[in-house]
Amino acid sequence: MRTPLWPPVNSALGFVAPALLLIALFFVLPVAAGLVLSFTDFDIYALGDLDRLRWIGFDNYRRLWNDPLVDRALGNTLYFTLVGGPLSVLCSLGAALLLTRPGLPGVAVWRTALFLPVVTSLVAVAMVWRYLYHPLYGALNHLMAWAGFEPIDWLGDARTAMPAILILAVWKNFGFNMVIFIAGLQGIPARLYEAAALDGAGRWAQFRHVTLPMLAPTIAFVAIVTLIGHLQVFAEPYVMTQGGPADATLTVALLMYREGFRWWNLGYASALALMLFALILIGTGLQAWLRRRGARA
Amino acid sequence: MSGTLARWAMTFGVAMLAGLTLFPLAWMLSVSLMSPLEAADLPPHLLPRTPTLMHYQTLWQRLDLPRYLANSLLLAAATTVLSLLFNTLGGYAFAKLRFAGRERLFRLLLATMVIPAQVGMLPLFLMLKQFGLVNTYAGVILPGMASVFGIFMIRQYARSIPDSLLDAARIDGAGEWRIFRSVVLPLCRPILVTLALFSFLGSWNDFLWPLILLSDGDRYTLPVALANLLGEHAQDTELMMAGAVVTTLPAVLVFLLLQRHYLAGLATGALKE
Repeated sequence: MRTPLWPPVNSALGFVAPALLLIALFFVLPVAAGLVLSFTDFDIYALGDLDRLRWIGFDNYRRLWNDPLVDRALGNTLYFTLVGGPLSVLCSLGAALLLTRPGLPGVAVWRTALFLPVVTSLVAVAMVWRYLYHPLYGALNHLMAWAGFEPIDWLGDARTAMPAILILAVWKNFGFNMVIFIAGLQGIPARLYEAAALDGAGRWAQFRHVTLPMLAPTIAFVAIVTLIGHLQVFAEPYVMTQGGPADATLTVALLMYREGFRWWNLGYASALALMLFALILIGTGLQAWLRRRGARA
Repeated sequence: MSGTLARWAMTFGVAMLAGLTLFPLAWMLSVSLMSPLEAADLPPHLLPRTPTLMHYQTLWQRLDLPRYLANSLLLAAATTVLSLLFNTLGGYAFAKLRFAGRERLFRLLLATMVIPAQVGMLPLFLMLKQFGLVNTYAGVILPGMASVFGIFMIRQYARSIPDSLLDAARIDGAGEWRIFRSVVLPLCRPILVTLALFSFLGSWNDFLWPLILLSDGDRYTLPVALANLLGEHAQDTELMMAGAVVTTLPAVLVFLLLQRHYLAGLATGALKE
């Protein structure tokens, strides 16, 4: 192998500089400023007159710690992540396993059909789901009545609103992870299954001892991406319920949007955004730790 | 014999799953063609009694739909072209050109992917307000012009270009920009299509940022306009469905036309680490 002829360094800078500059200016700098903002009382008055801005140390974080609304939002976000995330991944894996079974005709068509909700606008499909969940005219309650159940006000009842949103999210997103799982499953060499079958492994044993270990890196990737996405849940409750009823679907990102862009409490909202970041760090850290432990075991 | 039966059962199961998945979308289309109040009929019926396009007409003539459609198209197209340009330049450099700290910088960029956009959103809004870019198309586009994800995708792909090919062009006296245009870009075509599709659909369906930045109804994108419409017309189910169809259909059509590139790119992006 010979070493390539390297182009002059300054031409390389011409290639990377624009993208790096854009990312620095519109992402890194605002993120750093967000950290700073979270230690100030930046509100609607400071928005008009910067002289009113005060440095208040950890006051926003103290307030956040004692705010019952934050507890509520945090609980709902964790529920959406810890119940909805695994549910979504399981659906994706199940669909992928079904679609990679040998002998299934028309795989490409099924895959496209199951993937379609992913490319739709959440706001648009939320309209249909609001209608499906309608207490009087909704298809879901009609189906329930047919099966002999009482009608449920899915989005209007604090007990069912979050599960209802969660189902919408699973429907909308499972195709994304499914496609990744399909690629992962297709990458497992057939001879591993043949060898396992020769050793007398049944279908479940094959899944347990061939599929799962071979799919582990894919599962880890999917889990991280799903976790990060679920913790940031915003549009679903914003369009479906506005966080109601009685804050039953209020999430951290929705609370941050309200505090920041409705009430213009930008300092406090920044602290909320950083809490979201902390959640993501804890979640991804925990997953990395679990994976390392799993690899050692 | 049992093999055939199992195959039929499997196909039936998959077809049921696909039917269940597509049902909300099909129903959206069906209800959008119903007469006013027909969606409130009991029991609900699956197909409109006499299909009508009146809700589309209302959207088109009274509710400024062409305007939102044009806004969405313009913003998605501009974001796609610009982000493709900057990400390709950057991704190629990270894959094939030499500069100090290249690998460290790239790892740093990847690490920023765990930072949620919300952290920078409030200061970004204030910054754009300073520059007078709130409520402008430019303000919506600017933050999406370069992305770590896009750079990553291009870099992964461009690494497979043989150095000998680039060197041959250099020996022939081609400059770096010339090589980029005539050698690298044509070779990267598949990933460029994929990335274009990703950013077009991402921008088309984006909700939070345009919602924050655009205050003037005239500049709303389709999702923002639709969410706004819900405030006044929540009871007009048929009308809302027509709006949902118009918002969904362009993205679905673009996807169906180019799905091969989209799905292949998704799988490589995830597994080619």
